Amino acid sequence: MVARGLLTFKTNPSIASTGVTAGPLEKKSPFVSLFDKMYDEEQSGAGTNEQGHAKMMEDACMIALSKVDSVPEDADFLLIGDLVNQMTPSNFCAATVGIPYMGMFSACATSVSTLITAALLTDSGFSKIAIAGAGSQHNAVERQFRYPIEYGSQKPETSQWTVTAVGVAAVTPNKKGMPSIVCATIGSVVDLGMTDPLNMGAAMAPAAADTLQRHLDGHGTKITDYDCIMTGDLGKTGFELYKTLASNNGIDVTENFRDAGEEFYGEDPSFFAGASGAGCSSTVYFSEIYAKMLQGEYKRVLLIATGALLSPLSFQQGDTIPCIAHAVELTMK
Amino acid sequence: MISIFITAFVVGGLICVVGQLLFDVAKLTPAHTLCLLVVIGSVLDGLGLYEPLIDFAGAGATIPITSFGNSLTHGAMAEAEKHGLIGVLTGMFEVTSSGISSAIIFGFIASFLFKPKGTI
Repeated sequence: MVARGLLTFKTNPSIASTGVTAGPLEKKSPFVSLFDKMYDEEQSGAGTNEQGHAKMMEDACMIALSKVDSVPEDADFLLIGDLVNQMTPSNFCAATVGIPYMGMFSACATSVSTLITAALLTDSGFSKIAIAGAGSQHNAVERQFRYPIEYGSQKPETSQWTVTAVGVAAVTPNKKGMPSIVCATIGSVVDLGMTDPLNMGAAMAPAAADTLQRHLDGHGTKITDYDCIMTGDLGKTGFELYKTLASNNGIDVTENFRDAGEEFYGEDPSFFAGASGAGCSSTVYFSEIYAKMLQGEYKRVLLIATGALLSPLSFQQGDTIPCIAHAVELTMK
Repeated sequence: MISIFITAFVVGGLICVVGQLLFDVAKLTPAHTLCLLVVIGSVLDGLGLYEPLIDFAGAGATIPITSFGNSLTHGAMAEAEKHGLIGVLTGMFEVTSSGISSAIIFGFIASFLFKPKGTI
């Protein structure tokens, strides 16, 4: 049987640089020293949450490009996404930077879906520099999916905190000494009937376990091959469920399992079950993981970004939350 | 003397526990929880049960939102006795108008003095 949804890149495109921008509360993150630019104000001084969101995206793109001594005119593609309706922050960012653009939506799994697409464009020879990434802005997203911040609604322990952060990567043809993209697995939608938007970690955990299993089986790899297997934003609740599901599948759950959402805000209980949002996995992958690969601490990593594919309308109408997880494998030689 | 405070605290607290359970266990939204408590207060007064609760627990029964439902029914019934059916309409906001007006006025003043930040 032909394994479906599996990709192996022939030329192993590289991540030549990254750009990470984050809001004021994200200064509490243990990864803050690796972020490129922090803002003192949630709206980045732009006036509205959505404009601030777009500005953070523009800045992240410019930072990633400047690190490879390039300007937007040098970039072939911009593949970026966010969680706001019709992805207007990404659209405004694309309008400003002027790079040929496709907005991509896989909810919080957009960091990996854009990275896979950028690798495909590079692998096929169409792209010399492709910017891939994703971001989110706390106030804009909470208002859309849950309640306006000003309303001050109570949250349960399972709820997660949408990050105000953007992470992008500049994908180029293979460069020696840079982390490169080897293979990937496109996720299938998993929907086990969860309906609570304040417990998205539990909804997404089965999708992550499914993609992990398919990646290992499809690419013929073992858990011990990886220095780190990092999920996107399962949070404390979802991460535990995911590890249980993986263990039930016969996978040896080791110390190398990490979750960006669980780690993003450290142990601070103000953030409940941890971080979420499209900017959660993208910033941690493109700061913490990228840095550890450059230092040589991680030689081979598997990044599994998870996304809850709900809309504000779908859950208000009582629909379930379909979830997805995309996986990409990076190596450092 | 001190027992008044204790009854008020316990009864008021129990009403809030009901609200919290509606929110956490029944998974109602904040708006649904609020409306349900108002309706419960209103129905209890219709059955003649809320006034005895106020006599027993004082502020423990008048401060929670159930008291708003009680006031709605109370005003409507009092005016209905005097003016018939039209009194139901005019009376509903007679007792509650002070609460509604103060919510608007103090909300208005607070919005001038503070800007919601949405951060912790």
